[in-house]
Amino acid sequence: MKNLDSVFAAYIVGWGVFFVFYLTIAKRTSNLRAELERLKNSLPRGK
Amino acid sequence: MTKRIILGAVAILMVIAAAYAAFFIAPEERTMGLIQRIFYFHVASAWAGFTAFFLCFLGNLLYVWKRDQKYDWLAVSGAEVGLAFTTVVLITGPIWAHPVWGIWWTWDARLTSTFVLWLLYVSYLLLRTLVDEPDRRALLSSLFGIFAFLDVPLVFGAIRWWRTQHPQPVIMGGQGSGLDPTMKSVFFFSALAMHVLMLFLVAERYALEKMQTETDFLAREVEAQ
Repeated sequence: MKNLDSVFAAYIVGWGVFFVFYLTIAKRTSNLRAELERLKNSLPRGK
Repeated sequence: MTKRIILGAVAILMVIAAAYAAFFIAPEERTMGLIQRIFYFHVASAWAGFTAFFLCFLGNLLYVWKRDQKYDWLAVSGAEVGLAFTTVVLITGPIWAHPVWGIWWTWDARLTSTFVLWLLYVSYLLLRTLVDEPDRRALLSSLFGIFAFLDVPLVFGAIRWWRTQHPQPVIMGGQGSGLDPTMKSVFFFSALAMHVLMLFLVAERYALEKMQTETDFLAREVEAQ
């Protein structure tokens, strides 16, 4: 089982990059959704 | 939204299945042994990254031609997702190289052109932060994006045109190259899984960019009152 640690490291770090990237998109989306709601509420009704 | 959730679930299942196939179905390579299993993740990520950059290139060309913001959304989504995949390639490559070559990195044509590709798309995203006006930002970044994409065929061809430390291609490598049929099947399944994951991330990023434009529009409307 030579180099098993390297293979695991490659897969874990790789998946980690995708996971963190997805988290940044989800976080930005959540912040924008809140901002969008705030802006909609600040407009007069009927707009 | 529901379509994106389904696409995300399919992507996760396929990526898990691809990892299972890479570890338990693909045969062990004779000279490199276990470490060669990084191949299924490393090369599949590289191909998915190229496709994401192609989507960016397509968005850039269509924006220059039609001047429609939705093409700019596609371009920035492709650039960001392609950058994530290329980051994975640049991390997994040295982890594979170290036990096999005895070094983490060398400035050969393939590695250098890949690193330049990564830098070009970092620059593309940085350029977008420097211009506030949306149409001007979209046009300038589209022109830069078209130029940046020229490096993709260079990365692809580097191991075909020049002698490099990086191994010669085993897929589409011409005579003398090739893979065991099971290895080939596992590889193509991994590449498909990575492409589904890439499309899911592009769809998520595109939705974010669309929402950003709506927010900016509404903010201007509120400001004008």
